[in-house]
Amino acid sequence: MAETIIEVRDVHKTFISETKRSLWSRLAGRPHVEKRVEVLKGVDLEVHRGETIAILGSSGSGKSTLLRCINKLETIDAGRIYVNGHLIGYEERGGELIAEKASITAQKRTDIGFVFQHFNLFLNKTALGNVMAPLRDVKKLSATEARDIAVPNLEMVGLGDKMENYPSKLSGGQKQRVAIARAFAMEPSVMLFDEPTSALDPELVGEVLAVIKKIAQQGTTMVIVTHEMQFARDIADKIVVMDQGVIVEEGPPSRIFTVPQHPKTRALLSRSGILPS
Amino acid sequence: MDFINNTFAVFPALLVAVPVVVQLALGAMALALVLGLLIALARISSIKILRGIATFYLEVIRGTPLLVQLVYIFFVLPSIGVEIEPVPAGILGLGLNYAAYLSEVFRSAILSVEHGQTEAALSLGYTPSKTLWKVVIPQSFVVSMGPIGNYFIAMIKDTALTSVIAVTEILKTANILNSQTFQTTAIYTAAAVLYLIISLPLSRVVVVLERKARSSG
Repeated sequence: MAETIIEVRDVHKTFISETKRSLWSRLAGRPHVEKRVEVLKGVDLEVHRGETIAILGSSGSGKSTLLRCINKLETIDAGRIYVNGHLIGYEERGGELIAEKASITAQKRTDIGFVFQHFNLFLNKTALGNVMAPLRDVKKLSATEARDIAVPNLEMVGLGDKMENYPSKLSGGQKQRVAIARAFAMEPSVMLFDEPTSALDPELVGEVLAVIKKIAQQGTTMVIVTHEMQFARDIADKIVVMDQGVIVEEGPPSRIFTVPQHPKTRALLSRSGILPS
Repeated sequence: MDFINNTFAVFPALLVAVPVVVQLALGAMALALVLGLLIALARISSIKILRGIATFYLEVIRGTPLLVQLVYIFFVLPSIGVEIEPVPAGILGLGLNYAAYLSEVFRSAILSVEHGQTEAALSLGYTPSKTLWKVVIPQSFVVSMGPIGNYFIAMIKDTALTSVIAVTEILKTANILNSQTFQTTAIYTAAAVLYLIISLPLSRVVVVLERKARSSG
């Protein structure tokens, strides 16, 4: 078995939102009501070097939260997440998780590429500027060195002719391809994709999926949260199905897509027309 | 016809005060930008005492007239041994005052930068402070350009207040001319026109800046 890149062990996460109170109930000093939603209820997952894992599940199943916890865009309440053997965002002392220094977390995050649903390109920078920015600001490369890395990465995602465009002059699909190049240029040991095509017009989905596939074929370790069933079936080595904060089923696509065991998996697949309902 | 001729005639005498106004406005604006940004950062800081100090400063400055602040700096500070020349005192007074207002511009601009920008930077390995300085603040500047320009124009007009602390800017120069020649109408009309000549082109620049800020992003 190839070495383990990501290890998620029994992770729990609860979102607490304060319900909005009227001015009157605040003045009257009534205690506020907390709304607690447990989004992850004990999740275990292992990702090995070179593997492509697709996480499927209906909205609210906790799949995006799990991905965001892996590079500590969200905190966790219990459990452990290791990337390359290191906890991300925490250190362990006497069995307790203690938040680590932000600069150490930042250092570890350079090794985890993250692609967002809404691209999140730096709006004040060109496509090239976006890819160069972290190489210069985080990896401290010179402008020439950063450019020498950024240009081939933009060419790889098919945007060699759009390098001087600002995000406002790019289509959604182009923006997402820049975002992928930006993350990939940092040479992370794993790429995380959080619904990379969900915000795109249907006709732009293909170009982004093609780029992700290209990256997967280079042997990049990746975890993709997606609603694109057919795509997941094509590229994933392992499919993980989540529902209501737990993993209900996992296995190779050949099995999951033909003989799903769990009723939730069957429901998900028949909703997307993969299985007859 | 005499009135117009007289107005034209006093113009050159007033023009000598323009460099003083430029000096006041540029000096005070530089001070206000730097201090304003620091106050804005203090106001959004997680450190309670910094927030408290910044808020107190803001309340004091906004709750008292600029004229009183200028008088205080020039006439009260010497009593505790701090004597400042008129022009530096004017720059200090205008700068401290406008810093408070600009800090609110910066604060809302910083808060208006989408959270996704911060998340993207963090995910790429930027530390929180690097995210602030390299990603959030540069973008907030674009948003602030228009309001900053408007405050700059307001400040140019407010330099007239420094006439009470012996700065020979346009109004003070006009006062002196008036006491010598008593051509009151011509002199103060020329002074008013001079302010217009300075501020009108600047407001055009602000409009362009605002349009630019809207089109980006």
